[in-house]
Amino acid sequence: MKILVCMKQVPQKDAPLKLNEPGTWIREDVSYEVNEPDAYALEEALRQKEKHSGEVVVITSGPARAQQVLREALAKGADRAIHLEDNAFVGLDAFNTAKAFAAAIKDEKFDLIFTGLQSDDYGYAQTGVILAELLGYPHATIIMHLEKNDSGIRVKRELEAGFFQFVDMPLPAVLTIQSGINKLRYATLIGIKQAKNKPLRKVMLAEVQSALGENLQKIERLYVPQKTKKTERIEGSPSEIAKKLVDKLRNELRVL
Amino acid sequence: MPDTILVVVEQREAKLNRVSWETITAGQAIAAATGWTLEAAVAGANIGGIAAEIAAKKVAKVYAVESPKLERYTPDAFTAGLKQLLTAKQPKLVLMPHTYQVRDFIPKLATAMGRAVISDCIGFKHENGKLIFTRQMFQGKLAADVSFTNDAPWFATFQSGAFRGDKAESGSTAAPVETVNVEIADSAIRNKPQEIFKEAKQAVDLTQAEIIVSVGRGIKEQKNIEIAKQLADALGGDLAASRPICDSGWLPMDRQIGSSGQTVAPKLYLALGISGAIQHIVGMKGSRTIIAVNKDSEAPIFEIADYAIVGNLFDIVPPLIEEVKKAKGGGS
Repeated sequence: MKILVCMKQVPQKDAPLKLNEPGTWIREDVSYEVNEPDAYALEEALRQKEKHSGEVVVITSGPARAQQVLREALAKGADRAIHLEDNAFVGLDAFNTAKAFAAAIKDEKFDLIFTGLQSDDYGYAQTGVILAELLGYPHATIIMHLEKNDSGIRVKRELEAGFFQFVDMPLPAVLTIQSGINKLRYATLIGIKQAKNKPLRKVMLAEVQSALGENLQKIERLYVPQKTKKTERIEGSPSEIAKKLVDKLRNELRVL
Repeated sequence: MPDTILVVVEQREAKLNRVSWETITAGQAIAAATGWTLEAAVAGANIGGIAAEIAAKKVAKVYAVESPKLERYTPDAFTAGLKQLLTAKQPKLVLMPHTYQVRDFIPKLATAMGRAVISDCIGFKHENGKLIFTRQMFQGKLAADVSFTNDAPWFATFQSGAFRGDKAESGSTAAPVETVNVEIADSAIRNKPQEIFKEAKQAVDLTQAEIIVSVGRGIKEQKNIEIAKQLADALGGDLAASRPICDSGWLPMDRQIGSSGQTVAPKLYLALGISGAIQHIVGMKGSRTIIAVNKDSEAPIFEIADYAIVGNLFDIVPPLIEEVKKAKGGGS
């Protein structure tokens, strides 16, 4: 099976974020990491390849820093990488990002395309589904299990409140992968070494620009959310905090 | 024709998903702010009952989008059916709840119409005639005001809990229901969904718990969960966790709080090392009192906490266990 994994670099989970001057995006000087659900998507692709053989290709868009995500994926076992390298890709909405990916892979034929179920920065949960529609492929979202069979694949979708559903679907298909579908592997030293010689194709903005349109949505402003709840900070040494909390539990909340 | 807002409610097996009332409330609020007309739609097979239920609310009209192909949800059939409705009725704004089902098809539907979705919104603003949607970004650390830059129809989804379902206004008379029969070719439906099921009988029901001690990534290692358990035991409460803890197998899945786990509303929710990602918050924000311990003073969990303790949970929890034991032992 030939599998494409769409990956994204996002700010680290506990990195403090600062707004840029116009207040429309964050300042770039933060630490980045791979979007967590995308790491699970990559792992699932590697496991499928180990079972059925084939090829795992990883793709991302963003400035030079985003290449780190691809390097890590190659070190874990992906065969090659595609980097849509330009700062402008950061500002694309989900519709345009999907269009850029579709344009970058137009000469390839994948059996499966994986994305994480959503990104930790925008959190739109859309790019994978849009990509499926643009390519004319069926899709399924929030996947917790995947098995190949004679007619295509059977996937296990996670629904709300503890419900699940199996869905049979033909290939090629796009799946958005849920965190926790598998256990992530670490890159090995030999993997890291081998990654240096694996092919990484750079796609410049100009190559895909004709496929892109205007963004269909615009961030007017980004800001620290206003608190709606009054929060009382409890301070002091750990033992002082413990005493104050127990006092509240007993006398105000009456749960003790 | 006046501008219209169309709320598409969600049903499964001909039963209304209650979160749909929240979207009706959102639609009524936007209609009041903009002066646009509010209509509603439901797609499925034999869904006249749901259409009638919706028609009792203050909406101008309800469309029952009917086809035997819509009986069991597939993204292909729902996209095909709703696209026919939207093309015929041309609403300006289409609203849906941000459920797992809607997430599965609304980007496809919008793309099929050359449009975009502003998903997972928590509110809206109507500023100088411009409609703006508010949504959380960066796991709730920041909020964004987002507008559409293209032509209608515009699509937006609202996060569960963003509006109050019980505030949906009833109409003085029942709204007219129009049945829209849609044609969906067999060949258009590629996915074959099986029956919906629960993994195993849920062993732990946290929805009835009065006190919950919940752990997140800040617990760092599986063996550290023991101190959270000791605190839960001392308080007479139950132990729960955010998704990453259950993903790692440190606690079973049936202890998970959040959109994919259980939704709880205890008297006391004590969050230890939980940053407060949106998916977790939706499962516990109804708690009467929330106490959060986190070393990151900017963690989103503090936005909804009643009591905030910025510090290392490994310093705070052991003396807290001792104090709770003392208080209990001292009689109350």
